[in-house]
Amino acid sequence: MELLVASAIGVLTAGGVYLILRLRAFPVILGLSLLTYAVNIFIFSSGGLAVNLPPILNKYAPDQAYTDPLPQALVLTAIVISFGMTALLVMVALGSFLEADTDAVDVPDQDGEDGEDGKRETSR
Amino acid sequence: MNHWIIAPVILPAMIAPLIAFVMRYDITLARAASFASTLGLLAISIGLTVTVVDGDVHVYRLGDWPAPFGIVLVLDRLSALMVLLTAILALLTLIHSVATGWDAKGRHFHALFQFQLMGICGAFLTGDVFNLFVFFEVLLIASYGLMIHSGGVARMRSGLQYVIINLAGSTLFLFALGTLYASTGTLNIADLSQKVQQIPTDEAGLVRVAAILLMAVFAVKAAVFPVQFWLPGTYANAPAPVAALFAIMTKVGAYAILRIHALIFGPHVASMEGLPGDMLFVGAIITIAIGAFGVLGAKRLMPLIAFSVVGSMGTLMVAVAAFEPRAVTAALYYLVHSTFAAAALFLVADLVVSRRADDRLTAQAPVVQNGLFAALFFGGAIAMAGMPPLSGFLGKLLILDALREPGHIVPAWTAILAGSLLTIVGFARAGSMIFWKSTATPAPLPVTDTPAPEPAPATALEVAPSIAALALLAALALLAGPITRYLDATTGELFDRTGYISAVLDENNAGKQIHDDHGRDEPGEPQADGASVPHGADDAEAHEADAEHLEE
Repeated sequence: MELLVASAIGVLTAGGVYLILRLRAFPVILGLSLLTYAVNIFIFSSGGLAVNLPPILNKYAPDQAYTDPLPQALVLTAIVISFGMTALLVMVALGSFLEADTDAVDVPDQDGEDGEDGKRETSR
Repeated sequence: MNHWIIAPVILPAMIAPLIAFVMRYDITLARAASFASTLGLLAISIGLTVTVVDGDVHVYRLGDWPAPFGIVLVLDRLSALMVLLTAILALLTLIHSVATGWDAKGRHFHALFQFQLMGICGAFLTGDVFNLFVFFEVLLIASYGLMIHSGGVARMRSGLQYVIINLAGSTLFLFALGTLYASTGTLNIADLSQKVQQIPTDEAGLVRVAAILLMAVFAVKAAVFPVQFWLPGTYANAPAPVAALFAIMTKVGAYAILRIHALIFGPHVASMEGLPGDMLFVGAIITIAIGAFGVLGAKRLMPLIAFSVVGSMGTLMVAVAAFEPRAVTAALYYLVHSTFAAAALFLVADLVVSRRADDRLTAQAPVVQNGLFAALFFGGAIAMAGMPPLSGFLGKLLILDALREPGHIVPAWTAILAGSLLTIVGFARAGSMIFWKSTATPAPLPVTDTPAPEPAPATALEVAPSIAALALLAALALLAGPITRYLDATTGELFDRTGYISAVLDENNAGKQIHDDHGRDEPGEPQADGASVPHGADDAEAHEADAEHLEE
C-alpha cells in the first residue's frame, strides 16, 4: 500500500509540475489542482497508513487500535483552503483572459512599452 | 490568560464581514468602520507591547487545551513588535488610500484590507506551524483581492502570476508540514523545537528536507533569490497604497524565517549543520545584487522602487542568515526601517505618478508642487539607499558591524556597500529625471482646444502619510539607542529557547499531566538507549504494526 500511495503522490506531483510549466492559464489551474491532490494525500499519509482503523479513541474499548486523527484534521483544512484558492484562481484567470485577450501566464514586458507583445501567441 | 492577545486577530475578523455585507454600498460608513478598526488595532498593539516589556512570554490557549494538543497564540516581544509595526503601517496606508480615493476605485477595498490585517497579525502571533499556514492563506487571499483592486490589463496579468506563484508556494508549505509531522509527530513550534534537537544526525534527513522546504516557502514570501521574481511585477502593478501595505508582507516571510529557523532549525541543532543559514546567506547576497541592478536598470518609477524593496530584503536576510543575536538585533532594526522606507517611497511615488501621464522615467512637464514631491522623494530615496541622517544608514551600519565573521565579512560587506552605491545611483537618476529635468521641459502644447485639466495639488491629508512615514524614519534614527536596547532584549528572548518552550508547554498542571508520558523526550535528559525515535515515527510504526495485526 505504501508503494501505491507513494507512487500516486509522485505521479500527481510530476503531472502538476509539468502542467504548471506550460504557462497557460487552464493547464496551470489543472496543474495546481493536481499538486493539491498530491499534497493532500501526502499529509494524509504523514501520520502513518493504516487500514480500517477509526481516527478516534473509544473509551469503551481502550485496547482498540486507532489511527492518528491529526493528519485527517489537517487535510480537511488543507482541502477547504485549496478549494477556495482554486475557485479564486479560476476567477482571476478568467478576468485576466477577458482583459488581456490571452491566457499566457507570463507577462511579456514589465516596462509596458510594447503593448502589442501582450497578445503574442506563445506556442509552448 | 490575557484575552487581549487574540484581539488583533478577532477585531479585523469581526469588522471585515461587517464592512463587506452591511456597508458595501456606503463608502463613508465603510471608511469610518475601517478607520475605527485600524485605530483599535493600533491601541491594542500598543497595549500588547506594553504587556511584554517585562520580558514574559504570554501564551493564549484557544479553548484552553494544553499546548502541544491545542492551538496556541504566543505573544513575546518580537510578535508584539511586528503587530505594532503592522498597525502603524496599516493606519498610514489607510489614510493615503482614503485621501487619494484609491479605496473607491473598486469594490470591497476596506473589507479586504481588514482581512489582510487579520492574516498578518495572526501569522505574527501564532505558535503553531499549521496555523501559520492558515494565517498565511488568509493574508494571501486578501492580498490577491487587493492586488487586482481597480483592475486593468497589466494589473490583472501580474495579479494572475502573483496568485499562481503563491499557490505553488502554499503547496510547498503543505509538503513541508507533512514531512515535518511525519518525522516529529507535532506541529507546535515549541514542541518541534524540543523534538528536532533530539533527532540524531544520521536520521535527520527528512527533517532537513522539511527545514529547507520551509525556508524556500518563506523565501517566496520574503522575495529572496531564487524566488524573488514575482515581487517587482506585483508591487509595480499593485495600487500604490496596497504596495505600501505589502511592505509588511515580505516582512512576514522574514519573521517566519526568524521564528522557525532560529527556534527550531537554528545553528544550535547539530543535525542541521548550519544548512539553512548557509543557503539563506548565499540567496540574500544574490538578492542584494538583483535589487541593485534592478534599481539601476528600471525604466519606470514603480518597478524601480519594487527592486529597491528586493535589495532591502536581501540586506535584511544577510543579517538574518547569521542566526546570531547581534546580527538579528541589527536585522530587526533594519526590518522596522525598511518597512517604513518602502511604504514612504510607494506613497510618495503614488502622489507623483497620479499627476503625470505615466510613471516612465522620462522628462515631462513638471507637476504641481514639484518641489514638495521632490523633497519627499529625496527623503524616501536616502532612507532606502541607506544614507545619513535617516535610519537606513544606522541599520546598514549595525548589520555591517554584526557581520564580522571571516566567512561572512567579504561577501556581505561587498554586497551591502556596492548595493547601496548602485541604489543611490539609480535613485539619483530617477529623481533627477522626474524632478529636475522636468523643470526644463515646457508644457506640451494642447492638442485640442480644451486643455487637459490641471492635476489638483495634493491636499494636506494626501501628503500626511508620506511625511509621517519619513518622520518615523527620522525618529527611528534619533532614538536608535533606546530602540536598539529594546531590540537587544527582543533578540535575547528569541534565542532563549528554554524560556519559550517552558512558557508554551508547561504553563499549567493540566498540560503537565498529559506531558508526563512525553517524559523521555524532555530536553537535557541523557538518551540512554541512544535510539530516540521521535513520536510521530513511533506512533506511525505502532499503527503499522496494528494494521498488519488486523490484516492478519
